[in-house]
Amino acid sequence: MTDTPPKPDGQPTVNLKDPILAAILAWLVPGLGHLYQGRLAKAVLYFVCIMGTFVYGLYLGSSEELGWGRVVYASWRPNDRRLYYLCQIGAGVPAMPAIVQAIRVHRGNDPLGHFMAPPRLPGESHGDSVLLDDILRQMPRRFELGTIYTAIAGLLNLLAVLDAGFGPLFPATAAKKPDGADEPPPEDKDG
Amino acid sequence: MGSFLLAVGGSGDFWYAVPLVIVVSLVYSAIRHEATVPILQQAWRTAVWITGFMAAIFIVLAIMTWYLRST
Repeated sequence: MTDTPPKPDGQPTVNLKDPILAAILAWLVPGLGHLYQGRLAKAVLYFVCIMGTFVYGLYLGSSEELGWGRVVYASWRPNDRRLYYLCQIGAGVPAMPAIVQAIRVHRGNDPLGHFMAPPRLPGESHGDSVLLDDILRQMPRRFELGTIYTAIAGLLNLLAVLDAGFGPLFPATAAKKPDGADEPPPEDKDG
Repeated sequence: MGSFLLAVGGSGDFWYAVPLVIVVSLVYSAIRHEATVPILQQAWRTAVWITGFMAAIFIVLAIMTWYLRST
């Protein structure tokens, strides 16, 4: 069990419990690590903000014809290296169906529906029935916006993971000690 | 100036930045404080700072666009 050191300007001391476990939980589900630590207000804040952003991004990248959640998918194909997924996976479990879908497609199987499935590229004989070109043609702006929303949600959750593992980073001005208190002790002068 | 007005009022994409500014401000402030009131106070300051920074960049780009079109 780990407590953060005493805090400036009346900020409460935080019981981090097991920081590593809390960080892992916070990564898996936004806010879950803070819930484990008993920090209910922060758990709610992180869950609402991060999951709200992530789900809204999924909504933006969805259509009845093309399927739900087209903006989150894992792909390392030569013509479609999806670097955004490295940010999106920061959201944890909500982004993980993309890994399952990518593995299925990589092994030559059909994805389980369209949800987070890597779209088919021209020339591919298997995989999702929807072409990436179709997605980009039918909802170019929404695809970009949805990608940005989900990527930012993943990056924000990484901040929440740090908060669960190390506690809050108080501003430098609040942590500043009185004049002279943080000066190093004078050196001994021998001779 | 037309490009400025067009970008502000004529583009619906502008409004997609608003929820992101709110969310980023809240989460950024939450990692720097533990109590609710300091979190909200810092979130407000952060949102103002982000909005001001984006507005400054936007104005610079709008002026550059206006200048390049006029020459």
